[in-house]
Amino acid sequence: MRPHSSLLLQVDDVHKSFPGVSALSGMRLDLRHGEVLGLVGENGAGKSTLMKLLTGIYARQSGQFWLNGEPLDVRTPREAEERGLSIIHQELNLVSHLTVAENIWLGREPLAGGLFTRPGEQIRRTRELLDRLEMDLDPRALVAHLSVAKQQMVEIAKALSFDAKVLIMDEPTSALNEAEVAQLHTLIRRFVTPSTGVVYITHRMPELTAITDRITVIRDGKYIATTDTASTTLDAVISHMVGRAVDTSATPVGVRDDREVILSVRGLRTRTMVDDVSFDLHKGEVLGFAGLMGAGRTETARAIIGADPITSGRISLRGKPVTIRNPAQAARLGIGYLSEDRKKYGLMLNLDVTHNVGISSVAHRFCAGVFERKGALRRAAEQTVDLLKIKTPSVNQRVKYLSGGNQQKTIIGRWLVKDCDILIFDEPTRGIDVGAKEEIYHLLNTLASQGKSIIMISSELPEILRMAHRVVVMSDGRVTGTLSAEDATQESMMALATNHQQDKKEQ
Amino acid sequence: MSLLDAPPAALAPARTLDSWKQRLQQLLAFAGLLVIFLAFSIAAPTTFATYSNVMNILFSAVVIGCLAMGATLVIVSAGIDLSCGTGMALSAVMAATFMVTWGIPVWLGILLTLAFGAFIGFVNGTAVTILGLPPFIATLAMMMICQGLALVVSGVHPIYFDPVAQKSYLWLSTGNLFPGSGFPNAILVLLIAVTVAYLVFNKTLLGRYDVSIGSNMEATALSGINVKKWLIVIYSTAGVFTALGGVMISARLGSAQPATGAGYEMQAIAATVIGGTSLSGGKGSIIGTLIGALIISVINNGLQIIMLPQQWQNVVLGTVIVIVVFIDQLRNKQAKTR
Repeated sequence: MRPHSSLLLQVDDVHKSFPGVSALSGMRLDLRHGEVLGLVGENGAGKSTLMKLLTGIYARQSGQFWLNGEPLDVRTPREAEERGLSIIHQELNLVSHLTVAENIWLGREPLAGGLFTRPGEQIRRTRELLDRLEMDLDPRALVAHLSVAKQQMVEIAKALSFDAKVLIMDEPTSALNEAEVAQLHTLIRRFVTPSTGVVYITHRMPELTAITDRITVIRDGKYIATTDTASTTLDAVISHMVGRAVDTSATPVGVRDDREVILSVRGLRTRTMVDDVSFDLHKGEVLGFAGLMGAGRTETARAIIGADPITSGRISLRGKPVTIRNPAQAARLGIGYLSEDRKKYGLMLNLDVTHNVGISSVAHRFCAGVFERKGALRRAAEQTVDLLKIKTPSVNQRVKYLSGGNQQKTIIGRWLVKDCDILIFDEPTRGIDVGAKEEIYHLLNTLASQGKSIIMISSELPEILRMAHRVVVMSDGRVTGTLSAEDATQESMMALATNHQQDKKEQ
Repeated sequence: MSLLDAPPAALAPARTLDSWKQRLQQLLAFAGLLVIFLAFSIAAPTTFATYSNVMNILFSAVVIGCLAMGATLVIVSAGIDLSCGTGMALSAVMAATFMVTWGIPVWLGILLTLAFGAFIGFVNGTAVTILGLPPFIATLAMMMICQGLALVVSGVHPIYFDPVAQKSYLWLSTGNLFPGSGFPNAILVLLIAVTVAYLVFNKTLLGRYDVSIGSNMEATALSGINVKKWLIVIYSTAGVFTALGGVMISARLGSAQPATGAGYEMQAIAATVIGGTSLSGGKGSIIGTLIGALIISVINNGLQIIMLPQQWQNVVLGTVIVIVVFIDQLRNKQAKTR
């Protein structure tokens, strides 16, 4: 296929799959000269895969990239930068112990005789660059001492020092306040000339209207639609984002409103992320926590179990106020947390199923004096394996050899043996194949019907719709809405998950 | 799904292979000990493999063995204890101060010394958990503090035990519970220490949490274990073994030597590593460590007997460590790529 000569960047029918998953299929994207193109999609829609393909971090399996009508085929991000395509990642890539100037010219330092650095020349060039961009930055300042907004300016200056034609920005405003966002948008408008363009990735709907000319929506690794910003509504964009077919046959089991409140959280705050979070968890209910990545849901869970310190807020358990200082205390009170990152925060991978199932309860249930009752512990582990149908040759198997679903069940078993009443599942089906997902759903329903109270954090809206009796939606560390199962739709949840900025403006 | 996830059908043989490999490794360490022992027996047939020399080998493994028990507990938690060498010297000085200077009865003096060792470990554990210092730094500082305090408390002089007043103290090392057997009590003490360490590590909560913390500290904490408390317990227990080392070395010498101790921590770590305990934590064996201590002792003794100059002994020992740990890492890499 021939490139379209009037396009600045063209992504043409690109495919990429990982073992067992198709990450991108038939991906398209057209960036015109002199425009800001908004790129939106849910978590896992394929945005970061696309960026990694563009900069050569991943190799694409088919399709073609065109930059100004020339094939773009690079192997490293640096090569991409030299071709005029720069990416500003959400996580900034700066060396915090170096100065602004040193960061901008890292790996390209002006040298004398090919050996000695020329700090003076480096500073002069940095000044020139910063002046041209009208950025108020000191070339000699340590990056570590700059605010996030200023650090972002350094990244942008660095990108433009390569004479970038295309700038891709991945959620550039996630850590900025409104004034800084406005400043960034000014900078972007200044950058855009008839020969350059910007791909602007964001989760914040209002920003799309503020800065973009057109909006491209992708979903599940596929191109969905591109519309002119002026002629579309945010509702239309949201429905494009979530428009996948929902399995309507499965719905939450046994929805009721009259259950007693078992866990009540009021005005929870942490130093970093959680901002005035309040909700109630009823006995025997599955309470869904919806939101986009970085909305503060995991942080809320960690604050509740005492893994991270809270700065204010009250937690009551069965009507009694409690102070939870650490996860050990949470476990004693019967609250178990299952992390989204099983391998890092859940499993002792090199240890066996018995250990992983028994670790939380061994002190209270399987000890006689100072010695462990190894036989009883082993029997409990075997019962758990039978009960949860964990596929393992024996309880002596190291959990690293189990599949994702069985690993997840092992951790569920840990909290069941501990006899927890409240279970907080953080992305319980992440990295688990479809069949095992069904089993986990079934297990959650069974546990809830037996009177366990479950908080289910999930970024997959269909999963929330299918499982949750009620849904708490979070955005930017705050609860933006609580929906009943009847009111919850993908559209209503996505609107709440993205409209926080709008709310603030209206207030 | 990650590459590590194997389909369930493939698991059954993997499990047998796994446990078989684990057993093989312990056998390997023991086989290594036998090979080295046999090699020296052939090199010095008349002098090496005699009853009295074997007793010498065991006797000289006692102090390193005691320290290495503590080192193993700490290393399994993915920590390190550099203070056990000079901590041992300070404990010896404290034992002598309790008994010789203050005239405290021997049994009470020993108990106080062990308690003092636990205190050293407690401070280490507190520095690691409450202050959040890396174990290397916390125990390096403690190593220096102990070295200095040993000199301060003793007034820079060795303190000699009274052969009459502290007769039973000296008997603890060089005496014979079974007269005429040529079997010094120190070896019995080591056996008791190893048994206690074995029970603590394999049969109690301390051992379970030790392995768990070393395998994944975050996950262990999120499982509801008070990781800070247990790390302090682990370092304190290691401190008791350090103090026991101090008791045994001073009972053997008949005096507390304040300027000794530095370097013993490296031998204790070496014994632990040779015994198959991983420095990255989560995996360890008390019996392996005992074998490691014996290997070091056999090499030191054997090289002396075949008259290799003393200065070569550490060269050989260092080479052995490189070989052993290299083999261990090869095994781990294989396990990972499966």
